[in-house]
Amino acid sequence: MIDGQIRKLAGALLVLFLALFAQINYVQVFAADELANDSANAKRQTIAEYAIDRGSIVAADERTILATSRRTSGELKYQRRYPQGPLYATVTGFYSFVYGKTGLENSYDGYLTGDAPELLAQTLADQILGRPRRGGTVVSTIDPEIQRAAASALGSQPGAVVAIEPSTGYVRALYANPTYDPNELSSQDEQAVRTAWERLNEDPDKPLVSRAVAELFPPGSTFKVVTAATALESGRGPDSTWPNPNELDLPDTTATIENFGGSTCPGGSRITLAQALTVSCNVVFGEVGLAVGPDRLAEQAHSFGFRPDDSTNPIPFDIRFEEGIFPDPSYFADRAPAVAISAIGQDQVSANPMQMALVASAVGNRGVLMQPRLVQEIRDQNGQVVRILDPEEWGRPMSAQSAAQLTAMMVSVVDNGTGGGAQIPGIQVAGKTGTAQHGEGEDPHAWFVCFAPAQNPEIAVAVVVLNGGDLGSEATGGALAAPIARAVVEAALR
Amino acid sequence: MSQAAVRPTPPRQGTALALTILALVLSVGAYVLVGIGKRGEVPATIALYGGIFAVGYLFAHLAIRRLAPYAEPALFPTAAVLTGLGFAMIFRLDGELAAEQATWIGVGLLAFVGTLVLVHDHRQLDAYTYTIGLAGLVLLLLPIVPGIGREINGARLWVEIGPVTFQPSELAKVLIVVFLASYLNAKRELLAVATGGVGRFRLPSAKHLGPLLVAWGASLAVLFLEKDLGASLLYFAIFVVMLWVATARFAYLGIGFVLFATGGWLGYTAFGHVRDRVDAWLHALDPDMVTGAGYQLAQAEFGMATGGLVGAGLGKGSPGIIPYAETDFIFAAIGEELGLLGTAAVLLLFVVLVGKGLGVAIRSQEGFGKLLAAGLSTTLGVQTFVIVGGVTRVIPLTGVTLPFVSYGGSSLVSNFILLALLVRVSDGAARGRVDRT
Repeated sequence: MIDGQIRKLAGALLVLFLALFAQINYVQVFAADELANDSANAKRQTIAEYAIDRGSIVAADERTILATSRRTSGELKYQRRYPQGPLYATVTGFYSFVYGKTGLENSYDGYLTGDAPELLAQTLADQILGRPRRGGTVVSTIDPEIQRAAASALGSQPGAVVAIEPSTGYVRALYANPTYDPNELSSQDEQAVRTAWERLNEDPDKPLVSRAVAELFPPGSTFKVVTAATALESGRGPDSTWPNPNELDLPDTTATIENFGGSTCPGGSRITLAQALTVSCNVVFGEVGLAVGPDRLAEQAHSFGFRPDDSTNPIPFDIRFEEGIFPDPSYFADRAPAVAISAIGQDQVSANPMQMALVASAVGNRGVLMQPRLVQEIRDQNGQVVRILDPEEWGRPMSAQSAAQLTAMMVSVVDNGTGGGAQIPGIQVAGKTGTAQHGEGEDPHAWFVCFAPAQNPEIAVAVVVLNGGDLGSEATGGALAAPIARAVVEAALR
Repeated sequence: MSQAAVRPTPPRQGTALALTILALVLSVGAYVLVGIGKRGEVPATIALYGGIFAVGYLFAHLAIRRLAPYAEPALFPTAAVLTGLGFAMIFRLDGELAAEQATWIGVGLLAFVGTLVLVHDHRQLDAYTYTIGLAGLVLLLLPIVPGIGREINGARLWVEIGPVTFQPSELAKVLIVVFLASYLNAKRELLAVATGGVGRFRLPSAKHLGPLLVAWGASLAVLFLEKDLGASLLYFAIFVVMLWVATARFAYLGIGFVLFATGGWLGYTAFGHVRDRVDAWLHALDPDMVTGAGYQLAQAEFGMATGGLVGAGLGKGSPGIIPYAETDFIFAAIGEELGLLGTAAVLLLFVVLVGKGLGVAIRSQEGFGKLLAAGLSTTLGVQTFVIVGGVTRVIPLTGVTLPFVSYGGSSLVSNFILLALLVRVSDGAARGRVDRT
């Protein structure tokens, strides 16, 4: 009799153990991913993430290290290091266990951690062999020489510099002031990270938001390159002539457009489109805007990557990029004068050096706009190339013929006009200045865009120096920004 | 009867030795892997700890061979694997605790052999029913005694005499099982007779219900005075189950359940920490609990989930995040580093241990041996269920150790004594069959 009871007892205990077995299957298999990814499991996730020997980000020369990992003795096994942190901050972004990641650290995370499909075989092999997990190497397109030249030419002035190789779209320099040191945010001292984060966010100049790619400013007269392209594309050649009054009366309003300093543009009562660009004649470009009309001007701007509002991002890029803004044609329906003001890069039009460098590179590349790239190849854990990011065409904003005409006009800007500060002996530089007003009593933003050598450009550069830079109210694109662009071009052609 | 059925059961000592060596290899292997996983090298303490395991396990094996040659061969090796795995996890979590645990493993093995020496026939114990029962009750209530009782983490479970701190309830557990086996074996005829009835249910007389009520009172005393939910639940379950096994009266299970539910409800209403346990069990992952009252359970689940199917590897997870990972939550630590494969293996080892123990009960030829083996096996089974179920959120968490695996001297030594008694009964059971031929 008692044996029967013991058998029933065995059965009952087995049921209890089956319940436990069911539960461990639920926790460790069926609900495992959901539980492991629970936000309250952050500590374990962080430890696991920092147990990876995260791959390096290197410059195009493959010697200059932008970001790498260093073994520590702490609970978090590896710490991120940026040997020249502030210089490359826009490119690398930061990698913080408190505030996440930005820049290439964010967009190429899969390659840096070894999670990407191309690296998975090695990652699994390492895991099976019990070796520490490693990531791949991201080879960026940045040229350290050009990057250093950009940073040193800009000095301590607020602003940004972008340099692109027009034939490939490879970004060779990407620098903004003020910058920050990503090492501060990637420290393993949580309190230090929080303190640095607060300081950077309280800074009114917002160092964490790169002015090279993520902020927008009125492009001023550099936008005349786009307006000129519209004119050329609509059959109004470099030699087309335009009335040259002292000021331009705008339709439906008493407002007028004046030239820089209120003067009349040199060259007589009618001047050519080429002459107007050379001297950056506001009155004539206002006329061009009215003549081509909002539809064509908007279409041209959008073909260079400008977008109607900030809800879209037409051009893919490896890090956050806010394209320039040019309003939808419908915006001008009851604002007839606005098209003239937009044609000289004011009103709602805005851009950053990245956007303007793309415009310059498309003109220099015979009208073909290459998709901008910040990464050229990926190497696996053992240094083998597993992915090459070949240059890719993004669009053709203008014909080769118009591009050639515009190039000649821009060469004239540097040789004979406002862009003299960018002249380099023995090398033809095609450029355009801009001096953008942006509010009563504020010193202007000084712009310069260019590419060189003009006929077969190796580099396109856009520079903005904000709020007058070192020259204050005397600042102009030609005086302040053009010499910086020249220094960058010289570094690129060296 | 055929000739084969009455042939003496041959001692399976070759099997026992092979299993013991396997247990030794697994134990030392797990510990070495922890060293490699953590620091990339074989631990510096390999000679010391490896030696303790080798000498201890082989010593225990030889003792069984000499003192209990007909013993069930799988019992000791199964417990030895669990002990070794637990040691590896403790070593992984805290080197100093591992040194203490190694000492306790040594003491536990000595206690194991000592028990086999002292109790050369388990029926000896049947003669001391009330002495053993009283000793068990005294040990159980010892932590309440002012001056020597110590409250740690809200439960008054500890006794501190001079330099020695121990948890008497662990040993009390074994003594109480022995007492119950003896008492119930003597009284089971009486207890099985139903004299009264309520409606359709026929109940034993009040006189014979007395011990059940005493046990209920004792476990409530443990609950109220020592605030030890786990032990209280465990004693009560053992008592009710043994009563039921002894009498085959289903009514005892029913009454036991009602009494348990009443006790549980009283605990829930009387003690904040019982309510907290239930809340944490139900809502551990809720945002307002997950970093507070539910933290420990949540981290245990996260750890096991992060471990997944195969685990992070010994020495490569972060089980240190879980509070009390080396004691109550060692199952979760195993789950994190050895995955479902590890936790399932641990559960299967307990199924083997409990199953073999119940098999011993069935093979035993006399009532005391049957009840003793069944009670000891039930103790292991229920205690495992209570703590693993608590850690994995099948039931509310009540703190008891995972037998043989958790860190803790009192628990380890008591469970080795429990194991020795099972081995002794199994030897007697096989011997009884041999004797009859």
